[in-house]
Amino acid sequence: MKYVDEFRARDLAEGLAGAIRREAAPGRSYNIMEFCGGHTHAIFRYGVQDLMPSNVHYIHGPGCPVCVLPIGRIDNALELAERHKVILCTYGDMMRVPASGRRSLLKAKADGADVHMIYSTQDALRIAAENPTRQVVLFAIGFETTTPPTAIALKAAADRGLTNFSVFCNHVLTPAAIKEIVESPEVRDSARVAIDAFLGPSHVSSVIGSAPYEPFAKVYRRPVVIAGFEPLDVMQATLMAIRQLNDGRHEVENQYVRVVTREGNRKAQGVVDEVFELRPSFAWRGLGEVADSALRIRAEFAAFDAERRFEISPSTAREPKSCECPSILRGAKKPTDCKLFGNGCTPDNPIGSCMVSSEGACAAYWTYGRFRQPASGSEAAA
Amino acid sequence: MCLALPAEVISLDLARQAAVVALGPVRKEISIALLDEVAIGDFVLVHVGYALHRLSPEEAERTLSMMRAAGDCPEAELAGESAA
Ligand code: SF4
Repeated sequence: MKYVDEFRARDLAEGLAGAIRREAAPGRSYNIMEFCGGHTHAIFRYGVQDLMPSNVHYIHGPGCPVCVLPIGRIDNALELAERHKVILCTYGDMMRVPASGRRSLLKAKADGADVHMIYSTQDALRIAAENPTRQVVLFAIGFETTTPPTAIALKAAADRGLTNFSVFCNHVLTPAAIKEIVESPEVRDSARVAIDAFLGPSHVSSVIGSAPYEPFAKVYRRPVVIAGFEPLDVMQATLMAIRQLNDGRHEVENQYVRVVTREGNRKAQGVVDEVFELRPSFAWRGLGEVADSALRIRAEFAAFDAERRFEISPSTAREPKSCECPSILRGAKKPTDCKLFGNGCTPDNPIGSCMVSSEGACAAYWTYGRFRQPASGSEAAA
Repeated sequence: MCLALPAEVISLDLARQAAVVALGPVRKEISIALLDEVAIGDFVLVHVGYALHRLSPEEAERTLSMMRAAGDCPEAELAGESAA
């Protein structure tokens, strides 16, 4: 496919790997956190770690929207489908994520709840139009990439005067989460987790631009390289991060120039601003409550806010015991450090969210890496 | 979940803010409500049924040539030029 296959070419990968080997100084280590699950997936699927010298490590971050949604919000979605008997529209990845008591939307659907898997927010609008006597709720999750499509659907519902459509909003913001990670005790006193540089989100940045990371790179003195999702993009961005670290620089650089600009997609940002406002605080799985890290629906669109339309119980949900997802999402532990990894928890029978989505670190380890990863210690291959 | 793919715009319906794109052999209708300008033949990044951004063919080519240079020549200036 055009603009895909070219960025997976083997000979170029070898060339980039050679450049990284030449430039990574033998005496130091380079710990690079990839924030996005898309990068985690590419690193495993194409064996990028195997091409790195032993002192260049990837630390997998929390950037999978399915993985960071706390259990309580999934319980709330189940409550909408089961107690309020709405038609709940959700992206496919959410279907199998365990809620409290190992329930899931898929199990609720098997038990008769009306849960629809959608591909696009347009599908949810169509379902609402086709079912005028039923309440239809869009279970909206995701980072800055999925937020504009939710905003468009909400505005369209308002324009058409739909009275049976609302949105259960769980949209979250990446810059706030990256900041939270750097400020966490594990990273701050970096005896436990060292993060020297970040691979910045690619598609999120296509919407918000690269500028929002500039204050971050400056304050926390760490390079951020916005990287595309193809394996060559990840490798080139890694080389750019290594060069910055070698030079003692900490800037925002953009590897993914074919899609990302400094200012991003202004039109999408405008639609999002019109419909949403900052939530003072939101709980992330693995990070806990993070200030100004999520969005809620503005009062002007209250009629389309499922949290105002339906009574939703405050959650008392607990993470499953022994699941290490929270530490994995902060980069503090590896999937293989979890007692349940491959031993009760697999993609077919996930216990935590990191095993559900193909962008989750546990699923990536299981699918692509379990035979070559040592149970603990260095992650680097020869 | 965050997967987004480049796809070529092959027809446009501006009144409905819709486009048909080709993703390899697959044809698909998507929304172009988030883009200001889009023309047939453009490549756009498609995510959950929406075009998020246009791809720049010139920048894609420049990125590839920097990747080639990194492999060919140790001294190649790879990173410097593509900084934001
Ligand atoms: S292996 Fe399963 S139980 Fe362990 S951290 Fe990953 S998702 Fe949680």
